[in-house]
Amino acid sequence: MKNLTSLTIKEALAGLKKKDFSAVDLTEAHIKATEAARHLNCYILETFDIARKQAAASDARYAKGEARLLDGIPIAMKDLFCTEGVQTTAASNILKGFKPPYESTVSGNMFRDGAVMLGKANLDEFAMGSANITSAYGNVINPWKRKSDDKPLVPGGSSGGSAAAVAARIAMGATGTDTGGSIRQPASFCGISGIKPTYGRCSRFGIVAFASSLDQAGPFARSAEDCALLLQSMAGYDSKDSTSVNCPVPDYASTIAQGVKGLKVGVPKEYRIDGTNPEILKLWERGVEMLKDAGAEIVDVSLPYTKYALQTYYVIAPAECSSNLARYDGVRFGQRVEGDNLIDTYEKTRAAGFGKEVKRRILIGTYVLSAGYYDAYYNKARRVRKLIWQDFIEAYKKCDLLLTPTAPTAAFAIGENMQDPVTMYLNDVFTIPASMAGMPGMSVPVGLSADGLPLGLQLLGKPFDEATIFRAAQAIEKAANFTALPQLAQARAA
Amino acid sequence: MAHALLKGETGDWEIVIGLEIHAQVLTKSKLFSGASADFGGAPNAHVSPVDAGMPGMLPVINKKCVESAVKTGLGLNAQINKYSVFERKNYFYPDLPQGYQISQYAHPIVGNGEIEIDLADGSSKIVGIERLHLEQDAGKSLHDQHPTKSYLDLNRSGNPLMEIVSKPDMNSAEEAAAYVTKIRAILRYLGTCDGNMDEGSMRCDVNVSVRKPGAALGTRCEIKNVNSIRFVAQAIECEAKRQIEVIEGGDKIVQETRLFDTKAGTTRAMRSKEEAHDYRYFPDPDLLPLKLEQDFIDAIKKTLPELPDAKKYRFMKDYGLSVADASTLISEKSRADYFEAAVKGNDAKLTANWVLTELLGALNRAEKDLGDSPVSATQLGGLVALISDNTISGRIAKEVFAEMFATGKNAAAIVEEKGLRQVSDTGAIEKIVDDVLKNNPDKIAEYKSGKDKLFGFFVGQVLKQSGGKANPGMVNELLKSKLDKA
Repeated sequence: MKNLTSLTIKEALAGLKKKDFSAVDLTEAHIKATEAARHLNCYILETFDIARKQAAASDARYAKGEARLLDGIPIAMKDLFCTEGVQTTAASNILKGFKPPYESTVSGNMFRDGAVMLGKANLDEFAMGSANITSAYGNVINPWKRKSDDKPLVPGGSSGGSAAAVAARIAMGATGTDTGGSIRQPASFCGISGIKPTYGRCSRFGIVAFASSLDQAGPFARSAEDCALLLQSMAGYDSKDSTSVNCPVPDYASTIAQGVKGLKVGVPKEYRIDGTNPEILKLWERGVEMLKDAGAEIVDVSLPYTKYALQTYYVIAPAECSSNLARYDGVRFGQRVEGDNLIDTYEKTRAAGFGKEVKRRILIGTYVLSAGYYDAYYNKARRVRKLIWQDFIEAYKKCDLLLTPTAPTAAFAIGENMQDPVTMYLNDVFTIPASMAGMPGMSVPVGLSADGLPLGLQLLGKPFDEATIFRAAQAIEKAANFTALPQLAQARAA
Repeated sequence: MAHALLKGETGDWEIVIGLEIHAQVLTKSKLFSGASADFGGAPNAHVSPVDAGMPGMLPVINKKCVESAVKTGLGLNAQINKYSVFERKNYFYPDLPQGYQISQYAHPIVGNGEIEIDLADGSSKIVGIERLHLEQDAGKSLHDQHPTKSYLDLNRSGNPLMEIVSKPDMNSAEEAAAYVTKIRAILRYLGTCDGNMDEGSMRCDVNVSVRKPGAALGTRCEIKNVNSIRFVAQAIECEAKRQIEVIEGGDKIVQETRLFDTKAGTTRAMRSKEEAHDYRYFPDPDLLPLKLEQDFIDAIKKTLPELPDAKKYRFMKDYGLSVADASTLISEKSRADYFEAAVKGNDAKLTANWVLTELLGALNRAEKDLGDSPVSATQLGGLVALISDNTISGRIAKEVFAEMFATGKNAAAIVEEKGLRQVSDTGAIEKIVDDVLKNNPDKIAEYKSGKDKLFGFFVGQVLKQSGGKANPGMVNELLKSKLDKA
């Protein structure tokens, strides 16, 4: 029998249904693999006891023939999703020991469908980062190694623990959140698939907020089809989130194999940014060829406001974060450092509770919202954001999808790109425009760099048209035939 | 009414007043969570994770509160904005769990409006409404429970408030008090706020400035959280005097927030403008802009009851009441309802007098509300009817009323029991009149010589001998004709 940890979710569900193995077997195999991969630091909290209970319950349902959509599938839950009674930290010291008395809608949906939670996955603190080096619980290590040296590489961020776990084959899928690229960029760095659905597709209820107008939950998996399955469970209208959209979630699996024949795929010229690795540009051209060969029509499109997206994002997102994080004051939950008086307590609690990057963004956000600067920064950014959205709407009059690179580079080593924050922020230059516009986007692995690292391409779709993204993702998947494994998984397979 | 001017050492001063009223919407649940919005309850008994600002919690607007805001806006004759935006007002305080208050700023749900206020001299005045917006209340910090610690009660956190902002159209403490009275009446008529200032469900921030008549507006001070109509008036009086003294003493008024010390009867500085927060308002990304359909507004319009001013004019027109009587009757809905129930089939002016003078006086002395009145509206109407049809005189009526108030019995029953029916038998009255005239020949002579006032003496004597039961009209008539002939 094939190693249980190398199965796709679809294969595993088939095996469970046929009773080739049990949900407990599947979970135990993943627990064992997780224990062997602890040096990657994928989890802030392992929840093996919960996983074993959930797996046993899944087996009971299989026995009764009442299996659900994801019954028995072991997944990693980004530690930004509140899980009832289970520590939820957002990778911050300030929430150390916090056990929410409620369940996030997305995690609740997945548990309803039988998913098994292996642990709370590591991330950048409050999802702020692109390399998973800002977590108060340590860096996450990418399971991939480059040929040129043996330095530990970053998995991307902020959903680094989720992406690394799926790539390392210690979880079959994972939840992530994407504010400016936090699903797509780590998916690209780790050689897996990840989709950020349309803003409003998944409920934000119970997800620790970073930037409310941008945050959106989505899945990681090792195939487009698996991503579709996970999103099917996660998505849906929720009356507890006023920004969740009441738009029916189609059955993605029923259309995913339809191919791209007749679809128009736009290639935006503004994504040819100076400084992009030539390998990435070549990969992009390969991607265009793959879709063309599969029957898609390629059209040139223009998104003229793309160049302002990054700057605008770094006004809007910090502004919202500065307000969203005001509740972490040490008064009602999480960590408190006692001071001489109220202000002293606030200051000491936050000084100890928040990391450097989080503090930086709170400061930026407070600044851009303050009297005298509001119009120059926040208000202008909002107006530009509207124009960025308009760009997409115009482009989608000419095409059904856009194809772009996901990130300007492959995964880098811990310590690289850290000379200043802006270099790090540039990692998200291709993912941010769609975030600003609320459009759905997905990264699919297409090939390896000369240095042996995975590279992904990004598919962007129309609002609430994730179904078409999945079709194109599967078409690229077939053409690319990306079968490379990170060294760690190779070793286990051997 | 002419402006009430204050005299200073350098001449007359005019007060300019604007009011911000916070009125808690009368709903079962909070503005953005399903938790109970009831007053009272054990500390922190009415708190959902949303109200406590827990991680990942999101606000969802309570439709009922939007309806109440629109209804109140219509009651204030104000423009309803079909597009409004909830914004975050950011500041740190432990009783503000989210670290921001969700309020409305640039785009309130209700815009310009106006109401009429009724003054003691029977005149009225139009006061402009600047806006009404919805916002959430903060929790309560308790500093007196422990020597070194503060406690938090978040029951109030997230309660729905309507902030009603007036234009600076008022010029005296009386006008400000009349404005608050009228706003409270409108809210109670609409049922959108209970208006109970002592429970904190209606609170006032008072903006006061002074200027020489005709001069540009002076620098204002804001007196926060005044919690009774009486205190609103007192706070204005003392703050205006303070400002005049400061200016006449050669100093300038500093724009600041002040508190009214009800015991000392003075205001004192709380924080200056320099210390004022930068609230960093921005649209709350957790809430979409609030868009209202015309149908929604129209449906609410249909549910509007008759409002105080409409009722006032109807009372004046239909019942022929004076402005003063009508204004006093409508100032409380329960009072207006009582009057309308009592007046059925009766003389309006007489009924109004009985409600306003006798009934309210008796309730006041007994420290009772109209709702607890021992005399129902129908019963009072019964008494008025007995006066109108001459069954009893006004004087006897007061006696009967006292008995009704004490026992809750009907007027007719008391009159029968006690034999208080008015004597309208000409023969019987004539006999008493003759008796009185016979016993007072000297007074007749004085009367004849021009001392007209003595007529009242004869009336009094006759009524006295009849035990108050003689019909006063007939007594008058008989006395007059007999004295003329005498």
